[in-house]
Amino acid sequence: MSYRPEAENIIIVKDLVKKFGSFTANDHLNFEVKKGEIFGFLGANGAGKTTAIRILCGLSYPTSGKLNVGGFDIYNEREKIKRNIGYMSQKFSLYDDLTVFENIRFYAGIYGLRKKVIDKRAADLMHKLDMKEARDKLIRDIPLGWKQKLAFSVAIIHDPKIVFLDEPTGGVDPVTRRQFWDMIFEASRKGITVFVTTHYMDEAEYCDRVSIMVDGKIAALDTPDNLKKHYGAGSMNEVFLKLARVKVE
Amino acid sequence: MKRFLGFVVKEFYHIFRDYRTLLILFGLPAIQLLLFGFVITNEIKDARIAIFDQSKDEVTRRISEKVLSSGYFILDKNLSSYKEIEQVFRQGNVKLVLIFGADFSKKLDKTGNARVQIIGDASDPNTANILVNYLQGILSNYLISLNARKIPMQIIPEVRMMYNSQMKGVYMFVPGLMAMLLMLISALMTSLSITKEKELGTMELLLVSPLKPIQIILGKVFPYVFLAFIDACIIIILGNTVFGVPVVGSVALLLFESLLFICMALSLGILISTITNSQQIAMMISLVALMLPTILLSGFIFPVENMPLVLQWFCHIMPPKYFITIIKSIMLQGNGFRYIAFETGILAGFTLLFIFLSVRKFKIRLA
Repeated sequence: MSYRPEAENIIIVKDLVKKFGSFTANDHLNFEVKKGEIFGFLGANGAGKTTAIRILCGLSYPTSGKLNVGGFDIYNEREKIKRNIGYMSQKFSLYDDLTVFENIRFYAGIYGLRKKVIDKRAADLMHKLDMKEARDKLIRDIPLGWKQKLAFSVAIIHDPKIVFLDEPTGGVDPVTRRQFWDMIFEASRKGITVFVTTHYMDEAEYCDRVSIMVDGKIAALDTPDNLKKHYGAGSMNEVFLKLARVKVE
Repeated sequence: MKRFLGFVVKEFYHIFRDYRTLLILFGLPAIQLLLFGFVITNEIKDARIAIFDQSKDEVTRRISEKVLSSGYFILDKNLSSYKEIEQVFRQGNVKLVLIFGADFSKKLDKTGNARVQIIGDASDPNTANILVNYLQGILSNYLISLNARKIPMQIIPEVRMMYNSQMKGVYMFVPGLMAMLLMLISALMTSLSITKEKELGTMELLLVSPLKPIQIILGKVFPYVFLAFIDACIIIILGNTVFGVPVVGSVALLLFESLLFICMALSLGILISTITNSQQIAMMISLVALMLPTILLSGFIFPVENMPLVLQWFCHIMPPKYFITIIKSIMLQGNGFRYIAFETGILAGFTLLFIFLSVRKFKIRLA
């Protein structure tokens, strides 16, 4: 799937403000994410990306603002939101001392999947990722690229409506990064909305729509093509640099 | 519930796959108990003694015999001059010198007054003190046996040490060790295992999942309740079989109180893990801030009553102190719940306090 303006809004953020003491990390953010799109959430380090994604996932409370995720209110329907989202952090969080299969079983288990379903999905996954021999290996013994793919697969093992990916490609090589994006496309084709933060500008080109955060505010939000046109830039990297320069001046 | 069980199973995998954790869980209690039981003891046997007998008569010989046959002393040397006293002490073997004045039995017969001098090596004050007491005891016993025929009036104290008639040191160490080890295992291990999830980033995934925070915490803590409880049993059984420390009172009550103490220590571990995100800091806090006070300020080794007032106040806020009181009361005195209700209440109070603080801390962190 891709961005369709007529699709329903699956994430609605209105006037999101998050303050840490006197520091404002998110300054009146306003945006909607359409069902099924790949929404890129870009910004320099410290621009407030992670803060916003943590609030959307329920890891942190906003200072003020109206937020709706997957059709549920973030203040009153947290439990329902949790059932309908997946999350993958930049740490590819899997348990080092559990095997590949045990990790899958554990994460699927906490989402309440039945044993039969878990076994089936685990087998499919092993097949798809070509990791059958690694099924009973400890996570600490498998390469980083596998870990990353596995972490993503585990994040969507319960078929969530939305998956949040917080800098999911940090520290892996370009080839693996490309393969990883293939997995994201596949998830998106299945109808899962993807909300992804990154600071690799080439990855921004893969997104259906991109928002660029500068200093806690959303400086631009559109499709990559429109952004490039609007700023007269050849690549997303140039767009980003132009926006950042505005900030400096 | 099924989710929760899956969580607990995962937790057991973590524990059983890490041999260091296993070693701490099951090796440590046994080793500590055996070490403390065998090595640290307040009884002194076969201390070396030198005797300088200037009169060498029947009485002094009989006293010497008594001293040497008591089991506490071994004759190192018979001295023949005062000069030698300093010398034998310097050589370091002799802990005590016993000196009889000249014409000992004559003086005793004529004036009823004879002098012995006891010189101790106080570079090790505790030992010197204990040995001097032993020796004085032997002398006064001998005196009583002499007087039995001569003087009509005498006061004979008949001492009986209740609850630990042989004054075995291990009676004191088993309760103390139990408090120390349960504290270590419960507080240290839980705080480590929770901060580990934070370091790995898996805690975020758990918090994003439908698992409730309380389920996460309980899931992390539950295996340790179970394992610490096994440890408590190991210590009681080892104490009983190897060192003969009895459980006079109700075993069920003892186990219940142990469980309460474990819960207290676990909630403390949770509190520690809400304060810090790093395993190292959690370990430092657990070891330095918990272990040292447990050993020093709980009455485990040093009696609380002898401490300066300010330190005594600190002792009163040390949960292990109450637990030690409870176990001694049950194990050695055989008291029922009525006698330890106060201490039990305090432990329960600490548990609630730590849980309350953890929950508050947890919420603040989330916001």
